[in-house]
Amino acid sequence: MKILYGMQQPDEGTITVGGEQVVLHNPGDAIARGIGMVHQHFMLADNLTVLENVVLGAEKLYGIGGKARAKIKEISDAYSLNVRPDVLVEELGVADRQRVEILKVLYRGAKTLILDEPTAVLVPQEVDALFDNLRELKAEGLTVIFISHKLGEVLSVADEITVIRRGTTVGTVEPKGTTPKQLAELMVGSELPTPETEESTVTDVPMLKLDGLHLTQTDLDGVERIILDEISFTIHKGEVLGIAGVEGNGQSELVEAIMGMRQPDAGVVTLDDTDISRTATRDRREAGIGYIPEDRHRHGLLLEAPLWENRILGHVTERPNSRGGLLDIKAARTDTQRIVEAYDVRTPGIDVTAASLSGGNQQKLIVGREMSHNPKLLIAAHPTRGVDVGAQAAIWDYIREARREGLAVLLISADLDELIGLSDTLRVMYRGRLVADADPATITPEELGSAMTGAATGHLEHTEDDER
Amino acid sequence: MKKLTSRIDKERLFLGIAAPVLAVVAALVVTALVIAATGKNPGAAFSDMTTYGFASDSQVYILNKATTYYLAGVAVAIGFRMNLFNIGVDGQYRLAAFIAAVLGGALTVPGWIAIPLIIVSAMATGALWAAIAGVLKVTRGVSEVISTIMLNSIATAVIAYLLQPGRLGELQQGGTLVSTKPLPSASHFFNIDTGPAGVLDGFVVVAVLVGLAYWFVLGRTRFGFDLRTVGQSESAASASGVSVKKMIATSMVISGAVAGLIGMPTLLNESHQYDNSFPTGIGFTGIAIALLGRNNPVGIALGALLWGFLERTTNHLEFQGYDKEILGVIQGVIVLCVVIAYEVVGRYGLKRQQQKVGAELAAQAAAATKKQEVA
Repeated sequence: MKILYGMQQPDEGTITVGGEQVVLHNPGDAIARGIGMVHQHFMLADNLTVLENVVLGAEKLYGIGGKARAKIKEISDAYSLNVRPDVLVEELGVADRQRVEILKVLYRGAKTLILDEPTAVLVPQEVDALFDNLRELKAEGLTVIFISHKLGEVLSVADEITVIRRGTTVGTVEPKGTTPKQLAELMVGSELPTPETEESTVTDVPMLKLDGLHLTQTDLDGVERIILDEISFTIHKGEVLGIAGVEGNGQSELVEAIMGMRQPDAGVVTLDDTDISRTATRDRREAGIGYIPEDRHRHGLLLEAPLWENRILGHVTERPNSRGGLLDIKAARTDTQRIVEAYDVRTPGIDVTAASLSGGNQQKLIVGREMSHNPKLLIAAHPTRGVDVGAQAAIWDYIREARREGLAVLLISADLDELIGLSDTLRVMYRGRLVADADPATITPEELGSAMTGAATGHLEHTEDDER
Repeated sequence: MKKLTSRIDKERLFLGIAAPVLAVVAALVVTALVIAATGKNPGAAFSDMTTYGFASDSQVYILNKATTYYLAGVAVAIGFRMNLFNIGVDGQYRLAAFIAAVLGGALTVPGWIAIPLIIVSAMATGALWAAIAGVLKVTRGVSEVISTIMLNSIATAVIAYLLQPGRLGELQQGGTLVSTKPLPSASHFFNIDTGPAGVLDGFVVVAVLVGLAYWFVLGRTRFGFDLRTVGQSESAASASGVSVKKMIATSMVISGAVAGLIGMPTLLNESHQYDNSFPTGIGFTGIAIALLGRNNPVGIALGALLWGFLERTTNHLEFQGYDKEILGVIQGVIVLCVVIAYEVVGRYGLKRQQQKVGAELAAQAAAATKKQEVA
């Protein structure tokens, strides 16, 4: 995708746009050819209005005044995007911001739209709305390239599906007459397991107990915001507690509070009957918390360090990485080799940098590392994000295995199928509060989705008439 | 598979050496152009530099200079490994040398007590002066670049104030020079007499020990691993359980303590007193040398020797009728080239490795499918 948007140059091969062979040196070239990209992470300035964000960098097209506003209105109406030009972006929700991003691209005259994992941050209802928008665009004669890991979505919105695995095209199929299973098998090259737990392994021995966790933060304007509000729950041995929620509703902060990277204002964290509310991160890790961070590049890896140093990261005080104050490099290297083999990390060796591995293999290394220190509690935040389907299945297996061995697992994910499939208990987080709970055996993603937007609270019961 | 790993290693080593060599070669070319532009023959100048630079008395001189520069390079490199830019090495070592000289002048105990005391007091002074910047950074978020630059000026002023007759200084016999009270001869550090080539400072031994300690602590201890982790990624470090703030303060203190040693070869081996002719600006030389040596203990040593060599030989060039400023040109160009070359080579290396890993994995996968087909 980076090549198509001019951010990277191909070694060989050609790109043809509208019957004409082109060379794209930079994103400017791509835009001039009518190719626009909506990034996974939005590129909007919060403190500007929608109008200002749209014209930013494209002032020459229609100016910055009435003409631009009229044009935005026109595009918005033509594709029923419902964009209000004079609202500040910070007041908009995620779905609205995404529509602004799409409008930004259209405003620049794009005829081909690239959407990179556009549904990762949306709840199911918002996804449906997005797909309606995409169909409008299609009806107006635009081309949409939709990149997603989620098979159901691809099948429902696409006219043609191309499967890419390890950098090569493995097949192009019609969505009609293709089942998600067939598509997934194309993606992994073999049969695909589903995220389903076996019989319950939940015990009544509490492992992690949170009691009244409360966290406020004063933002730049001096306004105090409540990030975590009276969070209490218990995870037992052998239990997977899943937390659903649209990102940015306090999940990251919750994890950081449990890890000791952030000090909550009030509340008690108890791990295996020991109060760890005031202990340092390192002591908590030594006490048996394994941590799969949501952003592995920021929190889980040293990208420019070799794999064996990454194996030491986070467990430098524990065997086999060190004895006393000294590193035991030989033992750490041997153990890295073991992890690479046991967890199927695809790498030519343990001396390559972490940055040269694919996301899935980086994640498998992290999972292997965290599982190698006999954790009592595993915190898995978005464990399969940005990971190929093969690695995804493997990671699900590891989590299930951990649960069987009596670990308590806190699973945070935006992938509702993953949450429903793996969890024993489900909670929904909305604006820093746990607003609802649900039984993963009966709940549907749509029902969870309504709680994620704050529309439903309390105990969610699956109702038959809700099913479509 | 093993073959590939070793190949990557060899390549990494090659890339590691390529950058400084590239930089030095580029600097030589630029210098040659500059000398040629002044109407002189660069070839003759370079040959004079080599013959003179490798004479035995030059070698001793270069080693003595390099001892001081090496300590400065290590002091700066400790900060660099943490992503801290300790510009204050300069003020730290000057203040440290001054305090140590005052203490040494006042001591009348035997040398085996006095010398360690002097060295420890110098390290403590340097550490304290650096700690100010460290504490300001972790408590108030003051950039260490700004605070250490200011602390350099403050150190200059403090020394100027104290180094006056009637305070901590005294007027020498000639009445033209103010200095601290000279160290008693018992407190002189040992020298190695190499005959006609001159006297080699015994402190070179300490410099080697510091280099070994630097390598060992950073590469082989838990503390060193934590320090490098913070330097590479603060967020990953804090998630892995390192207290980033504590680490910043600690490494600043260690950097300052090593900086305290910089003035010691001069004080204990050569001048035996602190006066206005005490060398200044070595902290900045240390920055250049740490950059040149890639924060690597051996690299810093090579950088320090190169710097000593350049100073020695360009001094001599002056007598041959060349311009003295050649030194500044060569040094400046080297540092500039080094920074650029490392960046270019580093990016190239990373990209190349990624491509190689990708290619290797694709080959493995292809081999696997082939096997399946056969079976």
